[in-house]
Amino acid sequence: MRVGVFICHCGNNIAGTVEVAKVAEAARMMPGVAFATTYMYTCSEPGQEEIKEAIKREKLDRVVVAACSPRMHEVTFRRTVEKTGLNRYFFEMANIREHCSWIGEDKELNTNKAIEAIKLAVEKAKQNKPLFPAKFKINKRVLVIGGGVAGMQAALDCADGGLDVVLVEKSPSVGGMMARLDKTFPTVDCSICILGPKMVDVSQHEKINLYAYSEIEEIKGYVGNYQIKIRKKATYVDWSKCTGCGACIEKCPSRNAFDYFNFGVAPARAINIPFPQAIPKKAKIDAQFCRQFIKGKCGVCAKFCPVGAINYEMKDEIVTEDVGAIIVASGYGLIDLDKLPEYGGGRYPDVISGIQYERILNASGPTSGHIERPSDHAEPKTIVFVSCAGSRDKSIGIPYCSNFCCMYIAKQAILTKDHIPDSRSYVFYMDIRSPGKGYDEFTRRAQEEYGVQYIRGRVSRIYPKGKKMIVKGADTLLGTQVEIEADLVVLATAVTATTDARTLAEKLHISYDPHGFYVESHPKLRPVETNTSGVFLAGACQGPKDIPASVGQGSAAAAKVLSIFSKDTLESDPQIARVNTNICVGCRKCIGTCPFGAIEEQQLRDGRIIANVIETVCAGCGICNSTCPCGAIQLQHFTDNQLLAEVNALCLT
Amino acid sequence: MSYLAGKELRIVGFLCNWCSYGGADTAGVGRFKQPTDLRIIRVPCSGRVNPLFVVKALLNGADGVLVSGCHPRDCHYSDGNFYARRRLEMLKRLLPFLGIDERRFHYTWVSASEGARWKNVVTDFTKAIHELGPFHQKEEKTECS
Ligand SMILES: Cc1cc2nc3c(=O)[nH]c(=O)nc-3n(C[C@H](O)[C@H](O)[C@H](O)COP(=O)(O)OP(=O)(O)OC[C@H]3O[C@@H](n4cnc5c(N)ncnc54)[C@H](O)[C@@H]3O)c2cc1C
Ligand code: SF4
Ligand code: SF4
Repeated sequence: MRVGVFICHCGNNIAGTVEVAKVAEAARMMPGVAFATTYMYTCSEPGQEEIKEAIKREKLDRVVVAACSPRMHEVTFRRTVEKTGLNRYFFEMANIREHCSWIGEDKELNTNKAIEAIKLAVEKAKQNKPLFPAKFKINKRVLVIGGGVAGMQAALDCADGGLDVVLVEKSPSVGGMMARLDKTFPTVDCSICILGPKMVDVSQHEKINLYAYSEIEEIKGYVGNYQIKIRKKATYVDWSKCTGCGACIEKCPSRNAFDYFNFGVAPARAINIPFPQAIPKKAKIDAQFCRQFIKGKCGVCAKFCPVGAINYEMKDEIVTEDVGAIIVASGYGLIDLDKLPEYGGGRYPDVISGIQYERILNASGPTSGHIERPSDHAEPKTIVFVSCAGSRDKSIGIPYCSNFCCMYIAKQAILTKDHIPDSRSYVFYMDIRSPGKGYDEFTRRAQEEYGVQYIRGRVSRIYPKGKKMIVKGADTLLGTQVEIEADLVVLATAVTATTDARTLAEKLHISYDPHGFYVESHPKLRPVETNTSGVFLAGACQGPKDIPASVGQGSAAAAKVLSIFSKDTLESDPQIARVNTNICVGCRKCIGTCPFGAIEEQQLRDGRIIANVIETVCAGCGICNSTCPCGAIQLQHFTDNQLLAEVNALCLT
Repeated sequence: MSYLAGKELRIVGFLCNWCSYGGADTAGVGRFKQPTDLRIIRVPCSGRVNPLFVVKALLNGADGVLVSGCHPRDCHYSDGNFYARRRLEMLKRLLPFLGIDERRFHYTWVSASEGARWKNVVTDFTKAIHELGPFHQKEEKTECS
């Protein structure tokens, strides 16, 4: 066996704290190593050429590159090696950057560690067997989860690209948060005017199948072939009949239902349509507020519905859809006001959240666009905006910036001045974050053109005094205490993950960060991919982001799906479990443990029943491998022998 | 090649590819300085770790073994880390019967975004192993011996 070892300087990233020449020298002494060299940037084109030439010149049959993390470049180097005719699984990588040069301070220890990492990789490489991927057909349909602006963009781009799209939206209408906004920064476009046409396109596109008021029940399968179970929640209204006329809503006697769409700014009826431009524009009953469900009698809506669409007996329905890829665009949530007691959140009616204010500003909102404060419906003259309400506050577990609040506060302050010319707006801020195109100009306009008073400092307390709210805080630029008598206080409440973000992630087998936002495959180079192939991310479910960024990601995710669907078949990963038919005793232990149901019984010609791995279903976890009492089932590329070779390389010295 | 006598002890880590190996990468990218003793073996899932690998490592010369996977419920393979937890917890209780101080073995969960947490896991475990000192099986005093 002739192993070649290529040690990367990575500029100074590795060579700065590891003596690469010494590492190469040690590598040359390792049994089986025929060639070892160092290179400035192994991943560069000349670096890869050098590997290819050395493979031919030195007749190498195994290759080890000691460089960055295999999570970064394993795929690149496998391809390089393959181009010379070697099987790509004859390649191994030693991580001497992330796990060594970047974290250790002592050069001698780092150098030694790098040598041992290579030794481990060499021993593993010597055990490696050639593996060959199989081909399988892909189902060129895509599931989009979440019908906010990101999800709609993704759905429309996929559909325009010729794919069948299944769009699942949890709430009764598509549109997401953007449908609730009045205007959008930095242009002050009317939000629904630019979103509405997109919503209509989604509902009318022949390639898009919309499931509104529905949730993901179960996801099975793998890239190319997923089976999705969707729960269509009971609306108690037959949507095939409902025309959205609203006769039922007018007559509904239950007038104190919670209005989810308006974030509780005004009460809703138990039967409702969330907003005039809703898509689909169909009514649904909130059973928890409906008298028919609570008291067992009412039936008013059924009586007044002109088309007989009301059905109190309706049950949730489960439907299945088969798709080949999934785009997750499930958006974000907002911290509850009552989690912010220091600002009087949840305690005083005239302390409201930014999104509630957005609804009050909105011409199709509960106040028809007249700014009035909740307590007495009076027009406020002095309005205080508090930025970072919950954001960047480690004490409540939200250390991050919510990304778009600085911008929407400026927008709301501008709009306030437009609505009430004799009003005064104050903004308490920590920093003004406006790094987008035209953004800084926008926040300046708020200050210079609209006279919004920006006060740099934290609010310490908010409490009522008569009809006013007293806002006490510090002005850290002037070094003084300020006290403002406000009529209305708007808190820019922190952006959070949605309440069910984690449960959804678990169904998708994707990761989330400690705050519940989904983790992309690489923060810079793979921003819309996840570590689960075939699952992509778009919009604020990955982290707080504004509309332009969400739309961009929606299109990016769609492009990724179109690109994998540009072929008719996909290569399966050959790193899967295989059963040695001679050793397997048919105990079926592996069948019981495989989380994917990838193992079945198989009868041999001699009548023996043994285990058999279904190639396309096996995900390659190797749980069966550690379960099998006989070592009959082995995960290819991570077999017992291969892993023990690594253990021995480290320990038997 | 033996490790530098006196300066380091032999610590072997089995890290799942999706979470903990990524977490260790994140720690590296963030330049979170760590002790150098740990050597990492990459496995697809913590559920792939056969408890016998741990025992083999310890009997063959490791002074400590660390296994780290995805947080429960966040496994790339749905349940892999639950299997790992059951097996490794069992192993922990068994080690004293083999004459091995159970503190030489630790399993934990670190996600791909938790670079700072990974640094702490490595630092704390390395410290614990240095406190126990090099492992000579015959001399180890366990509750069972
Ligand atoms: C007060 C306020 C003002 C703002 N003003 C502006 C502005 O002026 N300009 C700007 O650029 N940005 C603004 N934003 C930010 C903007 O709201 C977001 O950038 C945008 O909504 C993100 O879109 P999204 O599609 O990623 O998420 P969302 O809008 O949250 O949409 C997600 C969708 O997914 C659905 N969903 C959630 N979970 C599931 C599930 N499990 N299954 C199925 N469906 C699910 C939701 O019901 C929702 O329809 C503002 C935000 C706030 C709070
Ligand atoms: S656990 Fe091993 S021996 Fe038992 S059925 Fe599966 S492969 Fe065969
Ligand atoms: S490796 Fe084994 S347990 Fe894991 S998915 Fe494949 S067959 Fe199932």
